[in-house]
Amino acid sequence: MTAPSFPTFASLNGAPRLTGTPRLLVTSVILTLVAIGGTFLLDPYRNYQLAVIAAYFCATAGLTMLVGLTGQLSLGHAALMAAGGYGYALTANASTDAGVDGVARFLVSLVGAVVVAGLAGLLLGLAAARLRGPYLAGLTLAVVIALPAVTSVFSGVFRGDQGLQIAYDGVPPFLRTLIAVEQWQAWVAILVTSVTVTVLAGLRRGRAGLRMRAVHGDETAARLSGVPAGRVKVFAFTMSSISAGVGGALLCFVTQSVSPGAYTLAFSLLLLVAVVIGGLGSIGGAALGAVVVVLLPWLIGTATAALELPADVEQRLSGNVSVLVFGLLLIVVTAVWPGGIAGALGRRMPRARDQVAAGTPVAPADAPPPAVPVTTSTSSVSHSIPTETER
Amino acid sequence: MDRLLYLLATGLARGAVFALFALSLVLIWRAARIVNFAQGAMAVVATYVAFAVTGLTGSYWLGLGSALLAGAAIGFAVERGVMRFAPQGSPFSGVIIAIGLVMVLQSALGILFGQQHRPMAVPFDERPIMIAGVPVFSPYDLFVLVVAVAVMAALALLFTRTSLGLQLRASAFAPEVSRLLGVRVSRMLTIGWMLSAAVASLAALLLVPTELGLNPHSTDMLFVYAFTVAVVGGLDSPPGALIGGLVVGLVISLVTGYLGSTVAPIAVLVLLVVVLLVRPGGIFAAREARTA
Amino acid sequence: MSQHRAPTTRAAAVVAASALLLTVSACSTPGVAADTPGVTDDTVTIGSHQPLTGPAAAGYSSISAATSAYFDYVNDNGGINGRSIEYLVKDDGYNPATTQTVVRELVQEDEVFAILNGLGTPTHTSVLDYLNQNGVPDLFVASGSTSWNQPEEYPMTFALNADYVVEGAALARYAADEHPDAVVCLLGQDDDFGAEFIEGAETVLGADGLAAVERYSVSNQDVTAQIGAMKAAGCEINLLATVNGFTALAVGTAAKLGWFPQWISSSSGGDYPTLVGFLGEDLAPQLLQGFTSTNYLPFGPDDEWSKLFREINDEYNAGAPFDGNTVYGMSVGYLFAEALAKAGESPTRESLLAAISSGELEGNGILPLAFGEDEHAAYTGVGITTVDQGVQDFIGVTYALEGESVEEVEAKPVPLAGDGIPKP
Repeated sequence: MTAPSFPTFASLNGAPRLTGTPRLLVTSVILTLVAIGGTFLLDPYRNYQLAVIAAYFCATAGLTMLVGLTGQLSLGHAALMAAGGYGYALTANASTDAGVDGVARFLVSLVGAVVVAGLAGLLLGLAAARLRGPYLAGLTLAVVIALPAVTSVFSGVFRGDQGLQIAYDGVPPFLRTLIAVEQWQAWVAILVTSVTVTVLAGLRRGRAGLRMRAVHGDETAARLSGVPAGRVKVFAFTMSSISAGVGGALLCFVTQSVSPGAYTLAFSLLLLVAVVIGGLGSIGGAALGAVVVVLLPWLIGTATAALELPADVEQRLSGNVSVLVFGLLLIVVTAVWPGGIAGALGRRMPRARDQVAAGTPVAPADAPPPAVPVTTSTSSVSHSIPTETER
Repeated sequence: MDRLLYLLATGLARGAVFALFALSLVLIWRAARIVNFAQGAMAVVATYVAFAVTGLTGSYWLGLGSALLAGAAIGFAVERGVMRFAPQGSPFSGVIIAIGLVMVLQSALGILFGQQHRPMAVPFDERPIMIAGVPVFSPYDLFVLVVAVAVMAALALLFTRTSLGLQLRASAFAPEVSRLLGVRVSRMLTIGWMLSAAVASLAALLLVPTELGLNPHSTDMLFVYAFTVAVVGGLDSPPGALIGGLVVGLVISLVTGYLGSTVAPIAVLVLLVVVLLVRPGGIFAAREARTA
Repeated sequence: MSQHRAPTTRAAAVVAASALLLTVSACSTPGVAADTPGVTDDTVTIGSHQPLTGPAAAGYSSISAATSAYFDYVNDNGGINGRSIEYLVKDDGYNPATTQTVVRELVQEDEVFAILNGLGTPTHTSVLDYLNQNGVPDLFVASGSTSWNQPEEYPMTFALNADYVVEGAALARYAADEHPDAVVCLLGQDDDFGAEFIEGAETVLGADGLAAVERYSVSNQDVTAQIGAMKAAGCEINLLATVNGFTALAVGTAAKLGWFPQWISSSSGGDYPTLVGFLGEDLAPQLLQGFTSTNYLPFGPDDEWSKLFREINDEYNAGAPFDGNTVYGMSVGYLFAEALAKAGESPTRESLLAAISSGELEGNGILPLAFGEDEHAAYTGVGITTVDQGVQDFIGVTYALEGESVEEVEAKPVPLAGDGIPKP
């Protein structure tokens, strides 16, 4: 499979020259159908893994947009996922008590998750917009650390360490003979994720994305050319948080529970690992990153189990090896491969397309991707706007 | 009243360690404009060295000395071996590399030594020091306080009264000009890292005996709280680290004593939010925080 | 720039995703499902989730190692009904999200017969529904929460530990019996462990029977403020609902204040050898003289079960430190082996559950097992232990749940029969 297969893919659908939003929509529909078709090839456990990957993808897509486009480094996305998970679980339990179930309960709860995560993100974003680099990282770090404390101080609502359990959503009756519950969960996760990520991708390539880049490139310059930098940052943080919250809601849907022990600092850092090795700012990279962080520990676990090591050695290796590999990946990718997997693939597969191909070589991926459209001068802001509308 | 006195004393002893560790973060920030998220993990490696040396020789003091040396050596290795490769273009590549380093160091320690807590003994009397009939400090707490204050004073002298200190400050604030004036900026950067890592190792070594014991995650919370301290005080300001450390130590102690230990992380978060909203660059920020 | 690259990336994602699907599907054909998952003619495969890594792992990873060692011993001696027991232990790092993943892997990929001794309240709670919905026997959960004893709601789940309410009540009763006029206080973990233990203690001492109740959270390894408060409240007897590390911290911190009250600890934090590991060889015997705790498993230097387990530990567990976790882990193994032996020549999940519910299991505890049709608790009573001159042993006082209240009863230790391998 090589790159040119993709345009062929698109032309099969009778839209060889789609651009802008329609193109995005077609792409996302195709990818969603591929993923849903893929679930038929997988056994239940791998469908479960696929659902988890989809949930992580929501979070990493939001995080990569935040870090890559606006330059706000959040170490707290696990807490925002948890906010979504708790929003989902609390709404679901209230709905169950009110006699609502099935698809209606799922949708209402998802709205609950979006509202809670959105509010949490808005509050955090308001604070974040005033802060720079390490200060923001420190604040978000403190939020993750405080999460278990919050759940146990308000244990009447959040039930402390044990977290919340919700009623089980089975396969709808008309599909029950066809698919297993894990496959159904994967479908739901894929659908919700594709909607969420499509919205993000739309924002990213539209005016909002441009403003985020402008703010990241040079905040003062952006302000001078009329971009409300503070509002752009808060908006980006809120959208990113909602996306993470949807991820948390999906995890809660798949596992029927949410608890603080699942959203630790280590998990927050893992999300960061995913977006960095995927390539900061790249949505495709966020997807690959989500795949890597779910599958790599499992592959390593399977490999060490196959080695038949002595029990105590295996015990020490278990868990630690994957953290070691993630740490090394994080260092190596940042130091020598800053575009991540996506950047490296992009370099290897330059595509003849649109204006980019018109003589201009694809810029090396190791330039910090988001900063490029707006570097130092205000004039480049106004330059990049027509570029955007041309497409 | 007894209770308050006691909590204040406990908070002071703990706050001194936070201050020391926060100071080490400030040192690196001033020298390299990097918040070293790996500081805790580097310090815990040095503490393992101290643990091994004390175990072999039976001497706490040899262990302490070796922790300082090991800390400096780790600082050297990290600066020359890892941080030099952080791309300069991206503002947070240093932070991300440091986070990667945390993962590498902690998992490596886990593979080598396992997860169990190893008790660290200290050569001090266990009987408390009484003030007005109230047991306020253990002798060890007093030792911690004295060491922390002494080290901070020594660093202050180093930076204000010696040629090395002047060169360190000069190369941190105006690297180009310093280079023109003949200061070996690159070497100063390395020295800054070594100094900072040694101070952090000392703080970790002082803290671990008061906790469950040494394990690869022993310094996780120390880093989080010390980072809060540094941010509260202002990443650029050594006096800020000192005062911030004491404030955070006292807040944690008082909140734990009067509201419960579960509330402590929330109190720290609230403190952080309030300070950052009022003064986004920390209390002692001389000017608006630089773009990191 | 990145917006130009995005479609490329998406193409790459398609390529990668398709490649992934192909590789994954190629190796994902599940094995031919036997009638009973995990049981073949000569093996029975079971699984467990345990914290082997992460900050919470310390002190627990030795349990599953001991269970594995016991199963190795059984397998070397012919197994149970001619089948050897394969024990798959997965690390969950005490993280509920990981627990959910590894338990699904055990059930769906490894197709285990049952889950044995899953450790931790928050972790196991997260898979309770899953295991029961999928009809997987969920045996002998390693936690004292009362959640595991709900036969109506969770028919697949069986407890092992004496629950925290019973322990709290028994220890409070002992404190009141031995020291009727003493000021009793309590230090508890700020989760269900602490809450249920406090509930038990208060049923005996009354709602205002505890002069001071302090809580700690596992994330904060500094209990100076709590210990100071208890000292200030004039506490003479301190009940502890703490894990081992925090028991050691509490005792050590108090000693630094020159304070040596009577400590009475839950069995979860009262294992002497483990405490010595935390406090150090030289200090521990002094600090822990008179330290009181509970146990319900065979115990003490002269016990014949302990002797057998010690031999197995030396031979099959590379002579790992022998402590309460070792006995606990091996007792878990013994109890499962006994249930399997009673489940018949060709065991099924139904026959396994029936064997446990029949009330015929004996186990190896100091009290009879409580299992029955409507009872999924294993031990509903505990024996009191104390430390004397560095040796922890039963003192012959035993409490058990009698109806609604905890009363002193006669211990009935199950004697060791033969080589410690259950016979059908």
